[in-house]
Amino acid sequence: MSDGPIIETRDLRKVYRVGKVDVQALRGVDLTVAAGEFLSIVGPSGSGKSTLFHIIGGLTPPTGGQVRVAGQDLASMTDSDRTRLRKRTVGFVFQKFNLLPNLTARHNIAVARFISGNTGPLDAQFEEVLQSLGVAQRLDHKPAALSGGEQQRIAIARAIVNHPAILLADEPTGNLDSENSKAVLEVLRDLNERLGQTILMITHNPEAAAYGHRMVQMRDGKII
Amino acid sequence: MTGRLVWENLKHRPMLTLFSVLLMGIPVTLILALVGLTQGLLQDSQRRQQGTGADIIIRASTASGVVSFSSATIPEKVAAKIEEQPHVKLAVGVLNHSIDPPLVITGVDLARFDRMSGGFVYKKGGPFKSPDDMLIDEAYAAQTHKTVGDTVTLLNHAWHVAGIIEPGKLARIAVQLGVLQDLDAATGKIGQIYVKVDDAANIDAVVKELDALETGYKINTLEEYVAMWTPSKISGVKEFTVVIMVLGVVIGFLVVGLSMYMSVLQRTREIGILKSLGASKGFILTIIEVEAMLLGVGGTVLGIVMSFGACWLVRTLVPASIPMIVVQSWWPIAGLITLLGAGLGALYPGLNAARQDPIEALAYE
Repeated sequence: MSDGPIIETRDLRKVYRVGKVDVQALRGVDLTVAAGEFLSIVGPSGSGKSTLFHIIGGLTPPTGGQVRVAGQDLASMTDSDRTRLRKRTVGFVFQKFNLLPNLTARHNIAVARFISGNTGPLDAQFEEVLQSLGVAQRLDHKPAALSGGEQQRIAIARAIVNHPAILLADEPTGNLDSENSKAVLEVLRDLNERLGQTILMITHNPEAAAYGHRMVQMRDGKII
Repeated sequence: MTGRLVWENLKHRPMLTLFSVLLMGIPVTLILALVGLTQGLLQDSQRRQQGTGADIIIRASTASGVVSFSSATIPEKVAAKIEEQPHVKLAVGVLNHSIDPPLVITGVDLARFDRMSGGFVYKKGGPFKSPDDMLIDEAYAAQTHKTVGDTVTLLNHAWHVAGIIEPGKLARIAVQLGVLQDLDAATGKIGQIYVKVDDAANIDAVVKELDALETGYKINTLEEYVAMWTPSKISGVKEFTVVIMVLGVVIGFLVVGLSMYMSVLQRTREIGILKSLGASKGFILTIIEVEAMLLGVGGTVLGIVMSFGACWLVRTLVPASIPMIVVQSWWPIAGLITLLGAGLGALYPGLNAARQDPIEALAYE
């Protein structure tokens, strides 16, 4: 684990407008994540952890405060800037896998490379990761023909194919049984340990959270 | 990769894709059928005029459009007078009576017409033998299922089919000039005169001679006359074609607009996934537009195929009335019209997709 912060938020705030009501999803979050760190964020539903995830991933802008990801100030970013951030700096793993259903696993990975502008052959390191994920033989299947665990491992492969600075995982084991959950968490820990991949994982599950180096708890839009 | 994404999307919803392609093919077929119908009629008429063997045509002053046939206002003796002019070899007067537009019965002096044109080519039967005899060409025979010896009732008169002729010379339906004049109460009158000159080099000189007679009739070389037979000279055809083309754009726009709107709605989550991967608005819009263009290309190809079917059907059912042809030069035009409609139709759903909020899209069930 390197010492420099790759994620840094100060007094981060986010207000959503729901109908005529303003909902304060984040109420001043201060968080620092070092490069190479595997951080677990836990908290009940509505605690603001997904909102934090979305802001750090450049899916939505903050309402106030500061947030820096890989040296970039997200608070001042335009929509196009955030698109570029998602393209090159962060990779997402979602609870529902979110693979494109019409494409094979191989093409799901290829589309992420294509969008990032990377059209050359796969690098040796990624080939090795594919082998370690245990899905190298399943790449020509569409998501519907893959088990949940296989889909999530393909999603992880897709998320890291462009070597993002940060891997953001939102409840990555939420739709998996205990055996597949364990396999996916092992994969994440392996990526962190072998490749130094920074991982920020949101989870409800304390056992899953224990895979991280550090755990932070959120409640009512704050880190407690 | 864009191509694969688009192709897989189209494959994923085959019925909607096929339905869209079919609907977009219909205006293409309509455009090509209309053009094929118009140009087929014109080409057929041009060929039959050229088949007369005449060099000059004289029409009544009241003859308006090129397709409308002049009424019987020229005295027959005018033809005789023209034949007396220098370099004029033959002047043949004919009378046309419209029956079921664009079909006409042509009254002709067969002996004189044969001298000018080289004569009809008889596929069955032979020339007139009695006043009620009628010659019909193969197309009209096929359309009406008539053959030699059958009776055809036209102009409230029972005609006897004496011969079936090869198409391409003057008339589809020919009767004796005098008989038609009597039926039309136009004894001694003709509608137009075909003039044959002794040498092609003298055609212009003869036209000037005839102009100098100040008959008041319209005098043109046959070459000029045939050149007048263009779609723009036929009243309403140009406007009708434009209407069909606009209809093509509108149908393409609506079909693709609706199809892509449904498709975008169904794929909201996928669009969210692409956005989470860093896909730009331009990338999303491109996918939707390329998909629409592919539907447009499919519609154009299907429309062309269907136009062959339409042409076959028309030529089988009414070969004499509508000698439809397939006009290949209009394929790119019909294709561009369809692509324009498709491109415009995909714009709104495409922009909607591009503007979608990634978080909302990812949460879409």
